[in-house]
Amino acid sequence: MYKAKVVITRRSSILDPQGKAVEIGAMHLGLKNIRNTRIGKYIEFDVDTTDRTTAEKEVNNYCDKLLSNPIMEDFDFTLEEVK
Amino acid sequence: MKKPKFGVVVFPGSNCDNDTFYALHKVLDYNVNFLWHKENDLKKSDVIILPDGFSYGDYLRTGAIARFSPIMNAVIEFANNGGYVIGICNGFQILLEAGLLPGVLLKNISLKFVCKDVYLSVENHECNFTKGIETEKLFRIPIAHGEGNYFVSDEKLKELEDNNQIVFKYSSPYGSLSEEFNPNGSVANIAGIINKNGNVLGMMPHPERSCSPVLSRTDGSLIFKALVNNIFN
Repeated sequence: MYKAKVVITRRSSILDPQGKAVEIGAMHLGLKNIRNTRIGKYIEFDVDTTDRTTAEKEVNNYCDKLLSNPIMEDFDFTLEEVK
Repeated sequence: MKKPKFGVVVFPGSNCDNDTFYALHKVLDYNVNFLWHKENDLKKSDVIILPDGFSYGDYLRTGAIARFSPIMNAVIEFANNGGYVIGICNGFQILLEAGLLPGVLLKNISLKFVCKDVYLSVENHECNFTKGIETEKLFRIPIAHGEGNYFVSDEKLKELEDNNQIVFKYSSPYGSLSEEFNPNGSVANIAGIINKNGNVLGMMPHPERSCSPVLSRTDGSLIFKALVNNIFN
């Protein structure tokens, strides 16, 4: 069994109005040095196989076809063996 | 003239399926079937509509999970064989996720859910969704969405323009296409596009909500009437 941890980030060429709005909150909070806030997603799940290559392939497919939209997002993941 | 048969797909979370049924059947007198998303039979429909709503709760990204509903395999095959498909609002988002149309819909630039009437200028009068509608006609149609900010790369935008795939743009009541009449930040004021073959239309505004004279809005019906007229006559 593997634990997969996926991080999805928005491409830098795509505007992130949500990040901008959150940054206004930072300013109201009195934080003066916060710049370029961008909001992404963190997703974790288990992969029920003992074979690392199979796990990597399946996670890659999941990220590429469903969890992220390649037009606007990039993804990265880690796989950690768990018992 | 043959009475056309529309199929309205119902996903979990669809909420304009009944509005669409009402507009097409009760107002326009076409045959309409609901198509449950777990089915894979399009019931010999001539036109498939993916209605608005919050399919699968808009989880992950709008339209991302609905795109994998069993019926979408049949819809994609139907579209690839030249079948007519219209995606309205969330239906448009599903068409983009399914790869039947290019681009993505991001959160409105204002971050607000926008629900109001807008004006649309028709940019393509050659496709079957608009052919025959008078060229100067500006549509008054409601929008209701939080994620309608259409985005494509500059390169793809040029491709859309070169192939005449942009069908509707947000405009002023007099047809001006300036930024102030863009309700959501969409690239080039884009409100609706078609695929290269001209048989798949995706649009954020709601034609089904402007079909009935009782609501004093009937501009939306022109799109359905034009399509029926162009494919059956």
